[in-house]
Amino acid sequence: MPARDATSIAWFRSVGAIFMKDWRSELRTRYAISALLMFVVTTISIILFSLGSESARPEVLCGMLWVVIFFSAMSGLSRTFVMEEERGTSMTLQLTARGSAVYVGKLLFNTVLVTGLDVLTVALYALLINGFVIKTFSIFLVIVLLGGLGFAAAATIIAAIIARASTKGTLYPVLSFPILLPLVLTVINGTRLASDGAFFEEAYGEFQILISYIVVVIAVSVLVFDYVWKD
Amino acid sequence: MRLTLGIWMTAVVVLAILLPMVPQPQHWYEFPVVGGLGEKARIIFFHVPTAWLSFLAFVASMVYGIKYLRKRNPDDDLKSSTAAGLGFLFCFLATVTGSIWAKFSWGSFWNWDPRETSIFVLLLIYGAYFALRSAVEVEEKRASLSAVYSIIAAVTMPFFMFVMPRVLASLHPDPIINTQGKVYMNATMLVVFLSSLAGFTGLYYWIFTIQVRIRRMESLSIHHEGELKRA
Repeated sequence: MPARDATSIAWFRSVGAIFMKDWRSELRTRYAISALLMFVVTTISIILFSLGSESARPEVLCGMLWVVIFFSAMSGLSRTFVMEEERGTSMTLQLTARGSAVYVGKLLFNTVLVTGLDVLTVALYALLINGFVIKTFSIFLVIVLLGGLGFAAAATIIAAIIARASTKGTLYPVLSFPILLPLVLTVINGTRLASDGAFFEEAYGEFQILISYIVVVIAVSVLVFDYVWKD
Repeated sequence: MRLTLGIWMTAVVVLAILLPMVPQPQHWYEFPVVGGLGEKARIIFFHVPTAWLSFLAFVASMVYGIKYLRKRNPDDDLKSSTAAGLGFLFCFLATVTGSIWAKFSWGSFWNWDPRETSIFVLLLIYGAYFALRSAVEVEEKRASLSAVYSIIAAVTMPFFMFVMPRVLASLHPDPIINTQGKVYMNATMLVVFLSSLAGFTGLYYWIFTIQVRIRRMESLSIHHEGELKRA
């Protein structure tokens, strides 16, 4: 079926084009990157100040790592869609690309952003906070990668929703939290396993939950995205 | 309908509170004692129906939301938000009754039992749903965005069933309704319990129809006033 091949190639092209467009405009303005960076630095220093000279238990530190990541992600990820509304470019995007291509393009961009955020947060966290140790690195790596993708998947569709609402900033964490909670609990659990030095096989349950969460959220998002996106 | 419902609910409440609980029920009017709970087991007649309704209303709200997305009929959105409003009310009642019961059975009003966490998340989802609705001014946009949000919330909720047992063990009693499908109630208790369930569902349906009618009239009068002003 040559016609169908042509459209699917066009679809992949528009996904790539949307990703590159966001990437370039991000590099020009550095809005999201600087917001995320400052948020990570601020929250980690607050944790440092509040800990003082005490050292918290590793389980608490594992949880706090994801608190930092959750709120930092909430400060920057809505940007991809809010930006389109503010600049008035969403109409043009609606005309030039299919809804699913827009969602997947933005999802890729947010995934890159979250993964960068994860790496940065973990690096700063490991450097600055005493008592945070990861004994099973393989579990931690898989948890961070899958967790990042899951975060991006849910955050992208919620961002598309709140871009249409009038109070964009405050609503984003409110809407995202109940959706992201199963993911957050699972990644915290996985990080604890990694910090306790569990075997890789012990975290299979966490991986299963994360993968099914990602699949379900992305599938449903692609299905309903047009209702949010199209006027 | 109102009179039947009133008599029905009165009978259920009176029976549920007055019938004696004995270790070995001999007569038809006696309830068996549920292990470890004593008289506190009577909460099942009120707490379980409210919890059931908060779940039912959530599903109803989502189904009407999907109907709206398919047909674009504003009446479906009205029903969807009415169901969500009632669901929020019953969810609140279930939380409060459960919490009071927990104080006397477990010793504290709140201790993040998995069931408590799930109902807390359901409350958060309802809260987020109404926050979203109040933040969107255009009616069609508000309807489709809130429908999409309830769909996404509904597909992520089941993950709690897999995530929560990995995090915490539940103390929530299920000698009465449990996963093995065994019913530890005698016939009288089961009849009163099912009547209570039916009565509460009838109550929900009755309030739902009244609310829908009121809000239909409200939206009609708003349109009418608009036309008068224009004329």
